[in-house]
Amino acid sequence: MARILIQFAHPALEKSRVNRRLIAAVESLDFVTVNDLYEQYPDFDIDVQREQELLLAHEYVVLHHPFYWYSSPAMIKQWEDLVLEHGWAYGRTGNALAGKHMLNAITTGGRQEAYQETGSNRYTIQQLLAPFEQTARLCKMQYLPPFVVHGSLRITDEEIDAAAIRYRDLLTLLATGQATEYASLQAPFLRSCLS
Amino acid sequence: MSQSVLLQALVYLAAAVLFVPLAKRFGLGSVLGYLLAGMVIGPAVLGLVGEEGQDVMRVAEFGVVIMLFLVGLELEPALLWKLRTPILGLGGLQVVVTALALAGLAMVAGIEWKPALALGLILAMSSTAIVLQTYKEQNQLGTPAGQGTFSVLLFQDIAVIPILAILPLLAMQPATPGEASAANHNLLASAPGWLRALALVAAVASVVVLGKYGMRPIFRLVARSGLREVFIATALLLVGGVALLMELVGLSPALGAFVAGVVLATSEYKHEIESDIDPFKGLLLGLFFMSVGAAIDFGLIRENPLLVAGAVVAIMLVKTAVLLVLGQRFTGNRAQNATLALGLSQIGEFAFVLLFFTTQNGILDQRITSIATAVVAISMALTPLVFLLNERVIQPRLGPSAAPEREADAIEEKKPVIIAGFGRYGNIVGRFLRANDIGTTVLDFDADRVETLRQLGLRVYYGDASRYDLLHAAGASQAKVIIIALDSSERALELVELVRRHFPHLRILVRAHDRPDAYEFIEAGLTDVYRETVDSSLGVDALRLLGVRAYHAQRAARTFLRHDELAMRELAAVRKDRKTYFSTARQRIQELEQLLHFDAANENLREVDEGWDNESLRQEAPPASSAFTAPQAPVV
Repeated sequence: MARILIQFAHPALEKSRVNRRLIAAVESLDFVTVNDLYEQYPDFDIDVQREQELLLAHEYVVLHHPFYWYSSPAMIKQWEDLVLEHGWAYGRTGNALAGKHMLNAITTGGRQEAYQETGSNRYTIQQLLAPFEQTARLCKMQYLPPFVVHGSLRITDEEIDAAAIRYRDLLTLLATGQATEYASLQAPFLRSCLS
Repeated sequence: MSQSVLLQALVYLAAAVLFVPLAKRFGLGSVLGYLLAGMVIGPAVLGLVGEEGQDVMRVAEFGVVIMLFLVGLELEPALLWKLRTPILGLGGLQVVVTALALAGLAMVAGIEWKPALALGLILAMSSTAIVLQTYKEQNQLGTPAGQGTFSVLLFQDIAVIPILAILPLLAMQPATPGEASAANHNLLASAPGWLRALALVAAVASVVVLGKYGMRPIFRLVARSGLREVFIATALLLVGGVALLMELVGLSPALGAFVAGVVLATSEYKHEIESDIDPFKGLLLGLFFMSVGAAIDFGLIRENPLLVAGAVVAIMLVKTAVLLVLGQRFTGNRAQNATLALGLSQIGEFAFVLLFFTTQNGILDQRITSIATAVVAISMALTPLVFLLNERVIQPRLGPSAAPEREADAIEEKKPVIIAGFGRYGNIVGRFLRANDIGTTVLDFDADRVETLRQLGLRVYYGDASRYDLLHAAGASQAKVIIIALDSSERALELVELVRRHFPHLRILVRAHDRPDAYEFIEAGLTDVYRETVDSSLGVDALRLLGVRAYHAQRAARTFLRHDELAMRELAAVRKDRKTYFSTARQRIQELEQLLHFDAANENLREVDEGWDNESLRQEAPPASSAFTAPQAPVV
């Protein structure tokens, strides 16, 4: 069974409704490691060696965070800057992550319709996530479609529960080597974003 | 003569040493143990004590006075206010309805209305000592039944005071107005009514004023001497003096002691006083219960076995029924309600006090008192059985008692952090935790420093933290973390030993002066050692241990430092002027507290708490059907 590393970043989890429940739904899975970055490094002093060892020990890397300002909270960027070193993650000799998979798991305040060329946010989620996709590419990783919970400002408790179950199911698919099924399940959603 | 006094003392002590541990062993509680010891040494069985019983009772009565002083001392006005609805509603109704119902029962049994009412009031009491202890042991204080029980018992404890005042009015022979015990001393027995009323008011007022303003300088002076026995003597002197003063004007000494306790409840010497005189209360009360036991007339019970048994059953049924009805709305759950009602069905130790008082005042005759005393004792003895019955037979039938744990429990609100030593380091940590709304109990052994900090509006208590009883009084058994910042490392190590032995659940965070200090602590097996000059993360770690997210704790610490820095500069300018200095300091502390206060309703949260807050966004978000257009797509 493949192992999944969730790189979780939320600067104010005490106020979160959705992410808290998403994490709770998956942290007990034995193929999942949750790395709570803000809890681990409240002073942004990231332990690079620890992080690199974690990456090496897993096949899937999930960047799990709220979608702040069309991107991630600052911690994820700090993590990329420090941990994805040249000569280790990328560059001529940087092959440590080659062949692994990466994806984003995000929550957005805006609703799905807003993320269209004709919608108020003018770009699709896939387009906005381009920097992450290219980062994965540069590190010789395969980038998978994102897991997204939209409209988190108005979401009902039942919808959160449903999203948490979906998250759990998708991670299980990945762990059991059904990445293609995962991608095809996510495809309709992505098409709707692109349309 | 002196030999016989010593002999008597030995008899009482030996009986207590023998019977109390035995009774505890069988789950009967110490009160019953003392009663049993009294019965055995009394005229009914061994006849080792007898004729001097009345004198012993006089001495033992002082135990009751101390008990009420301690009840007053424990009454934090804030806690009372928080629980006001259940205390007044549930507790008040329980006492009134039960008293009336039992009085009715007594009248049916052929007792006149005045003594019947007195009996009703007395028998409405439940046993704080037994019941609270049981709830604590079963860790049930947080359940609705636990909260209800606590409220009812608290109301009863307070109700003893007005009941003591009402009882003389129910006397059958109005010929002896002054209480029998006070009659000898009462200076005002022959004075005109208005003068007596004036004297009463003056006496109570003087107790309040003395407690509020007079005692603190005296305690400080004594504390500064560092002699513990003198401190104990001062506390006993205070209680005794107040009791005597009350007797002189014809009031109940217990009432006076209670008032003195309430007045001192917010003083910095509270915990020290409490732990110092608690053993005296224990022993004297033990003596009191033993003399009650010795005074039980077994002949009467043997003559009326059916009457006694019937009374026990009837009273316990009535008490249960009343609470079953009253508690329904409060607990909102049948299973919890049954626990509440059955748990409080016995008659409590206060009944002995009140019964003793009524005999003295000729309210009840000896026969009724004797039978009632036996009934009270038997009902208390049955309590463990009742709890067992409820647990094994009744609860399973009522279904899961799935007691929804109430959040922010008022009773469990014992402070989670104890800080020992409030010098420069403890001071900063303490203020930081306080600013983050974490309850802290601060103990410091420097009387002058305590005085200064009190002027700043900080709740600091005087006392030597390395004493078991004081730590206990400060709530160490309920706290989660202890922060040790004592001036000497030897004393700190002693405290570490003590905490490990008696309160192993406490997480110990310790401040070290320098490296050698730190080595010693590490050698002692401590992991959370913070060097004063290098490491400032103790407060942050304490917050994290209490469940605050790391990043929030970190930001709170920076905000705190920034404001502390500002305050320091501001205070530097006014430090020569003492009055301005204190008021400015107090104001800054308040500002900081509001700023950091972890409360969504607070408008002053901005700095730490407004980061990533999406409340305003939520409000702006359109209903589910239309597209959401905020430029920012944050949070959750």
